[in-house]
Amino acid sequence: MSEIAQKVKNIIVEKLGVEESEVTPEASFTNDLGADSLDTVELIMEFEKEFNISIPDDQAENIGTVGQAITYLEENAGK
Amino acid sequence: MTFKRVVVTGLGALTPIGNNVSTYWTNLAAGVSGAGPITKFDASKFRTQFACEVKGLDVNEFIPRQEARKMDPFAQYAVVVADEAIKDSGLNLESIDLDRAGVIWGSGIGGLKTFEDEVKNYARGDGTPRINPFFIPKMIADSASGILSIRYGFRGVNYVTVSACASATNAMVDAFNYIRLGRLKLAITGGSEAAVTEAGIGGFNALRALSERNDSPETASRPFDKDRDGFVLGEGAGAIILEEYEHAKARGAKIYAELIGGGMSSDAYHITAPHPEGAGAISVMKDALDDAGISPESVDYINVHGTSTPLGDVSEAMAIEKVFGDHAYKLNISSTKSMTGHLLGAAGAVEAIACLMAMQHDTVPPTINHFTDDEEFNPQLNFTFNTAQQRPVNVALSNTFGFGGHNVSVIFRKLDA
Repeated sequence: MSEIAQKVKNIIVEKLGVEESEVTPEASFTNDLGADSLDTVELIMEFEKEFNISIPDDQAENIGTVGQAITYLEENAGK
Repeated sequence: MTFKRVVVTGLGALTPIGNNVSTYWTNLAAGVSGAGPITKFDASKFRTQFACEVKGLDVNEFIPRQEARKMDPFAQYAVVVADEAIKDSGLNLESIDLDRAGVIWGSGIGGLKTFEDEVKNYARGDGTPRINPFFIPKMIADSASGILSIRYGFRGVNYVTVSACASATNAMVDAFNYIRLGRLKLAITGGSEAAVTEAGIGGFNALRALSERNDSPETASRPFDKDRDGFVLGEGAGAIILEEYEHAKARGAKIYAELIGGGMSSDAYHITAPHPEGAGAISVMKDALDDAGISPESVDYINVHGTSTPLGDVSEAMAIEKVFGDHAYKLNISSTKSMTGHLLGAAGAVEAIACLMAMQHDTVPPTINHFTDDEEFNPQLNFTFNTAQQRPVNVALSNTFGFGGHNVSVIFRKLDA
């Protein structure tokens, strides 16, 4: 697992209070991990803070699963 | 129209001297101080470095971590005490009419810690506004009543009253009114406050409202003592289940007492100073007695606002003499703030509980920390200094006065008295 993927998992475990084993790439924040719309906003903000980037709203809307978050951040973080 | 009768059927308390009603009462009757050095932040640069903090509370025993982190401490406190009160009331939430069950809560400030943390976080950054989405719902004072309604499914009247240190009593009177009008069958009322924070201590320090007796925190709250030098900030919560009498009787509920009257007035004088002749304090006690339809002579105990400030204690004592005449010297007066500190918007809730427990035990809790008489007070007044006094307590009155000039009083009477 990449360093980014591990950080993403840690944030999700911390913010949503779920077990790390539940945080699979396919897991949807809202359908599988119990997040509501505010939790999702908070997650995006945590990603922005952790990786020091700004995620535009239209792209944030496409980040609904753990895998989508990891992919987006691997492609955009540190640039 | 005929009003319904309203009774108290459940209590919950979280205070600097006890995290439930039973411990709170034991320590009140024993004259225990809840004051100590501030542990919640580094107060070494503050004029006041002590407070009456809640101790040994593990919120996660009551609220799962994931829910708790979306609540300011003042709302967490509300949940802790409301759970105790609901349990104490024996209410079966499956069998009551939830559309006629309300929550009217009081808080003087709301989520002060949340506000501070978020603004500090922003100020430390580069100006990019990364405001947490839970900031507003955690901070707003009405989050407490909202959270309680979600927790118990109460779908009736729901809001929070804000009238500084009179907030919880205002909430109680509103709940009383809705029930006696027949609009609610029952309500969770009371209040919570968690203002022992940098802004809370610093703000009240700037007003010169707090005691600065840093070398002796436990004797700092000394209402009616000659050397009183301001109030001691407290925190915590109190919950009271008010219920329509016939509703309570029908389900065989334990009844603590009847709430027989509520008074409300305003000083219309100054935003922080009390009226020098206690005009608002006089009118609010009279208003409560009128509302209850009892004579001043029926009152056995007054739990005063008595915050231990130089001016406030004097005007309240004068007001009691004006309202009660010679009977002022026969009743017991005490300020339980001498032990709990000043819980601001929650004060009225924990002090109403002190009155109700005093009635249960026919024992008046003391005004501790009395060292030196002050000639400002008539020595015939019985302030219940230093030790509790046994006496029949059939009728008790609780006063709360808030910055802004808000005054609210409530009167409880034993059901069989």
